[in-house]
Amino acid sequence: MAMNIFRHEFRTNLRSVFIWSASIAVLIIVFESLFLSFAQQAELLNKAMANFPPQLLTAFGLNGVDLSTVLGFFGYTFLFVQICLAIQAANYGFSLVSVEEREWTADFLLTKPIKRTRILTSKLLAALCGLAITNLVVWAASFGSISLFKGDKSYDAAALFLLLASIALFQLFFFFVGLLISLMVKRIRSVMPYSMELAFGMYVLSVFGDMLGTSVLEKITPFKHFEPNYIIQNGRFDLPLVLICVLVTMISLVSSYMLYVKRDIPSVA
Amino acid sequence: MNIIEVNHLTKYYGKARGIDDVSFQVNEGEIFGFIGPNGAGKSTTIRLLLSLIHPTSGSATIFGRDCVKFGPEIRREIGYLPSEVFYYDRMRVIDLLNYSASFFPGDHTERMHKLAALMELELNRRIEDLSYGNRKKVGIVQGLLHQPRLLFLDEPTAGLDPLMQHKFFQLIREENKQGVTVFFSSHILGEVQRMCNRVAIIKEGRIIETADIRTLQRNNYKKVQVVAENLSASCFDLPGVTNLERLGGAVRFFYKGDINDVVRRIGEQKVSDVTIEEPTLEEIFMHYYE
Repeated sequence: MAMNIFRHEFRTNLRSVFIWSASIAVLIIVFESLFLSFAQQAELLNKAMANFPPQLLTAFGLNGVDLSTVLGFFGYTFLFVQICLAIQAANYGFSLVSVEEREWTADFLLTKPIKRTRILTSKLLAALCGLAITNLVVWAASFGSISLFKGDKSYDAAALFLLLASIALFQLFFFFVGLLISLMVKRIRSVMPYSMELAFGMYVLSVFGDMLGTSVLEKITPFKHFEPNYIIQNGRFDLPLVLICVLVTMISLVSSYMLYVKRDIPSVA
Repeated sequence: MNIIEVNHLTKYYGKARGIDDVSFQVNEGEIFGFIGPNGAGKSTTIRLLLSLIHPTSGSATIFGRDCVKFGPEIRREIGYLPSEVFYYDRMRVIDLLNYSASFFPGDHTERMHKLAALMELELNRRIEDLSYGNRKKVGIVQGLLHQPRLLFLDEPTAGLDPLMQHKFFQLIREENKQGVTVFFSSHILGEVQRMCNRVAIIKEGRIIETADIRTLQRNNYKKVQVVAENLSASCFDLPGVTNLERLGGAVRFFYKGDINDVVRRIGEQKVSDVTIEEPTLEEIFMHYYE
């Protein structure tokens, strides 16, 4: 790793890390602040939900969810947190290398006396540090807001621990898949559409998988690999699915290095 | 010793031609001109030598080492001024220069300030607030601050006002006197003519001539103009005559070959005026490109 690149990258990224972390923390806190009012009318709510068609419940990820429990509620709202985390991680992955080519600074960096693998490693680590910061903020916001708003209800801390532990792998998946895609295309004009498509695409796949009752789609999407509901209800990961997730991440990582080393840097004209 | 040695270097972008079978050598300590119009493959060649892109076939060595395999080691002693300069917009000039310097061993602060003062570059401004010319100056300081042994200049003067161009050329000559080899790519012939010892001319991805600049001008081509009565263009139908044109009573053409043949032909005419002169590089160039 090259410290100068790492420092430069980390500094450039810091603002974005801060904004994402703060926004997600606010999201968690706002959701949790609603918990008690939900829980108080849980019976009414559960009764109303029982009348909804099951497809609708599935589409909104509410099937088999008990919103009156601390983790039932948290697990449901965590889905939205996951979507944000996915967009952020995909964003960093897509822009890691492509931003230099879009803003034509790649020439500056790659004509320096340093191997491309070292450049990529330094950039990677800087971005991953950013994601780790967001990860920590989510932990703090989750534990903080739950203990603040749970009222007199109790919850299984181990299950919450497990759920939050899934964040890192979840982020890595979107980061490295984003990076790989960015290296497979010639040029990325704007990162946001790509990361939105990847994140929402994966989310939609997981919802479709539920509605159609097929188990094929769930093999691909991290929203299934780390489905909050499953983790909370069972108190464990669905191990084979997690392994698929890790495998895809590793393959993306290795292929990204191979593609980056051989990549032709486009010139301005 | 050859600082750069390019052997049958070829680059295709898919089916689109970059350069095709390019070979040439650059000697230590010379200023080597690389001329051709836009799109001829000048930048492609430089980008291959800097291993920003990878060759389809062929190879190149710099300082006697393979460009691709030893890229990082080679680039330690290379300075590069791209034709279009782009840097991290939100950085200040001084921060960018320090960042650039941090990739090279040693302390380059003093030289950085000297170069910046010479080029009248303000160090505390943000890159995004700089004009095109000022960005170019950042590029110049950035390319030179680590005292490279070999300089790649890709259309270096675009965006610089004449005064700055003059200063820049002086700076390059000064560096060259200190032993720095310069690879000077340009489509502006005047500056190549003023700066370079040898030139390679590239056209549609192929090198069509590599020669000493004086040889190119003096020995190869003559610009001949003959004014005579009843002159028919066909009497100069010699091998080596090109670009023949008639202007009223005059005939003008370029000639490459034994000058005696032409003089003999002229002697057969009743001429009222003859000029035989060296063509400008511009004219040689146009000739190559027709």
